[in-house]
Amino acid sequence: MSSLAQWEAEFAKGVVGDATTYNRSGIGIKPLYTPKDQSSVPYEEALGYPGSYPFTRGIYPTMYRGRSWSQRQLIGLGVPEDYNLRVKEILDLGASALSLIPCNSVFRGYDADEVPPALLGTCGTVINHVEDMRVALDGVPIGELSTAMNDPTPFTLLAFELAVAKRRGVPWTKITGTSNQSDCISHFVANHMFFRLALQGARRVIVDHIAFANKHVPGWNPLSIVGQHMQQAGATPAEAMAFTLCSGIQYAEDCLAAGMDPDQFLPRFTFFFDVSISFFEEVAKFRAGRRIWARLCRERFGAKDPRSWRFKFHGQTSGVDLTRQQPLNNVARVTAQAMAGIFGGLQSLHTDGYDEVFSTPTAEAARIAVATQNILREEAHLTDVIDPLGGSYYVESLTDEMESKIVSLIAMIDEAGGMYQAVEKGIVQRMIGESALAFQKKVDAGEQTIVGVNAYQVEEDSANYPSQDYPDAPRMQAYLGRLAEFKKSRSNADVEKAITALARSANTPKSNVFEHVVAAAEVGATHGEICGILRKELGFGHPLTVV
Amino acid sequence: MTERPPKVIVTKIGFDGHDRGSRVIAACLRDAGMEVIYTPPWQEISAVVKLTVEEDADVIGISSLATDHLIVPQLLAELRAAGLSDVQVIVGGIVPAKDEAMLLQSGVARVFHPGSSLDDVVESVRALSEKRRALMGEST
Repeated sequence: MSSLAQWEAEFAKGVVGDATTYNRSGIGIKPLYTPKDQSSVPYEEALGYPGSYPFTRGIYPTMYRGRSWSQRQLIGLGVPEDYNLRVKEILDLGASALSLIPCNSVFRGYDADEVPPALLGTCGTVINHVEDMRVALDGVPIGELSTAMNDPTPFTLLAFELAVAKRRGVPWTKITGTSNQSDCISHFVANHMFFRLALQGARRVIVDHIAFANKHVPGWNPLSIVGQHMQQAGATPAEAMAFTLCSGIQYAEDCLAAGMDPDQFLPRFTFFFDVSISFFEEVAKFRAGRRIWARLCRERFGAKDPRSWRFKFHGQTSGVDLTRQQPLNNVARVTAQAMAGIFGGLQSLHTDGYDEVFSTPTAEAARIAVATQNILREEAHLTDVIDPLGGSYYVESLTDEMESKIVSLIAMIDEAGGMYQAVEKGIVQRMIGESALAFQKKVDAGEQTIVGVNAYQVEEDSANYPSQDYPDAPRMQAYLGRLAEFKKSRSNADVEKAITALARSANTPKSNVFEHVVAAAEVGATHGEICGILRKELGFGHPLTVV
Repeated sequence: MTERPPKVIVTKIGFDGHDRGSRVIAACLRDAGMEVIYTPPWQEISAVVKLTVEEDADVIGISSLATDHLIVPQLLAELRAAGLSDVQVIVGGIVPAKDEAMLLQSGVARVFHPGSSLDDVVESVRALSEKRRALMGEST
C-alpha cells in the first residue's frame, strides 16, 4: 500500500527545496493533488451536472455532444466587397457564424472621409452606412446564421444590419448574434480603440440598447462583457475574470434600476474572454467564473429562470502569447490555448492566425486557424466527454482557489463603490499595469520561458514571412467616391430630421437613444454622423490611462 | 556638469487604443531613471510635434499595434518642418517587415517588435538620446 507520506518523502529526495510554483494569477501550485485537496462541499452543490446550477461543468446539458461551439473567426479588411468575399470563403470552410471587424476609423466613430486615407481599411472593413452593410452581407443568410458585430456604443453596425434585414424582408425576430465590444467599461480601462462616448454617456446608451434588443430583436445578445481586453492589457486570468464579473454586476444593476426584468435581460448577457496558454489556469478560470456568475444572478439579481444563470462566453486565443520569433510555433500555442478554452466549456471560439504578430492574418493563416478547431474536435475527439477535466484533484482544487481569488477581488471592487467608480479612480488600470510589468519582468529575467524569445532561439529571418497586403489606394479612392455619391443620393432632409431627433433623445432621460440610432440608419445617416452627434451630446470618450 | 537624464515621449498616433505596450515601456523607461512624458492614444501628429518642442524631448517612442505606423513618416516630415530633425523617433509594436524597411528609410531610428527585451529598449533609448544631444552640440 502506498501512502501520501511515503510519496512526499520520495518526492523530497528527488526535488530539493520548495516545490511550489505560481501560476499567472499568483496561486501556488503543488506537484501533486490528491483526494485530500478536495473541497468538503458535496458534489451536487459544488459541481452539479451540466446544464444545472451552479453550472461548473457546463451551461448546457448536452454541451458539445449536442452542438459544437460556434467557430467564429473575426474578419475584416478593405472595403465591403472584400469582406463579402472573405466571409463567403470562411463559410464554405465550415465556419458557422460570422463576425464583422470594421476599420479602425469606424471603431473610432468616423466616416472614411474624416480620417487620414493611409489608414483606411488596413485593419478592418470600412463600413459607413446601410448600403455598405448591404454589400458586405450580400448573399449571406442573415436570418439563419449568427452575426457578431464588433461595434461599441452607439451600435450603428447593428442598426445598419437591421435596416438591411428590413429591406430584405427578414424579420428582426430572426436576427441572431451579438453586439461584441458593447462593454464600455473594458474600453475605458483597457482597449481604448473602442471608447467612443464619454463613460457615463456610453453607460446610458448600453442600457437603451439592451432594452431595445430585448423587445425588438429577442434573439440578439446586446451585451458582451469583455475580459479579453483587460487580460490582453496585462491583467492576470483571475483579475480579468473578476473585473469582468464586476462590470456584469454594474450592467445588471443598471438594467434593474431601469425597471427591467432580470429574467428578460440576463439570458441575453454574454461574455468574451482571452484564453492564454496557461492551460489549467484558464480551464479553472472558466469553471470558477461560471459558478460565481450563476450565484450572482440567482442571489444578487434575483433571477428565477435557470436560463438567466447561464454564463455564456466566447473565447479568443491570446494574441499576446504569440511570438514574432519562429512564428510557425504559434500554431502550437494556439492549439494549446484552444484546448484550454474547449475544456473550459466555451460557446464560441476564435483561434488566432499564427501570423497575427506580423499583420492582419493572411488567408492561409486564417485557414489553419479554422482547421485547428476542426482537428481538435473531429480528430482529437476532445468533445466526446463533457467537462473531461472535471473531477481531477488538481483542476477541482484550482477551480476552488481561482474562485476564492476572484471572489475577493469582486469584494474589493464592491468596496470601492462598484466597477464604474473603481475605473474612474484608476484602481483597476493601476492593478492591470502592475501585472503587465511584473509579467514582462519575469520574461526578461527568464523566469517565464517563451520559446524563441528568451529560450531556444534560432537564427532566422522574419522578413521571409508574408504579411497581409493593405487595400490598394485606388480601391480606397473609389470607395471614397462612392461614399460621396451615397451622401448625395439619399434624402438629406430625412437624415437631418433623424439626426435632430437623435440629439433630442440623447438629452431626454426616458427616451431610448438606440431606437433613434436605428431610425437614423434606416434613412441613410452615416456612422460618422450618428457617432458625431452623440459625441457632441453625450461627450467624447477620453479614457483614463494610468502609468 | 550634472547629467540630464534622457527625455522620452511615449505616445500613440492614429486610431489604435491598445496601450499595454506603451504603458509597459513608459514604466520601464521611468524605472531606468529617464524622464518620461506619457500620453493617451490618438494624439494628433501636430500635437506630438508641439509637445516635443515644449518638452525639448530627445526621443519619441511611437507604439503601433494596428497599422498606425503607416502615418509615422508624416510625423517625421512634420518634425523636420518644425526644425526638429535631431529628435530620434522609434516605433514599437506590430510592424510587418516590408513596412519596417519603409519606416527606417523615412528616418525612423529603430523598430522594436514583440519579444524585444526591456533592457534592449532602455539601452537603445539611452544611446539615441546621446546621439540627439551630440547632434545638438550638447555634451552629456
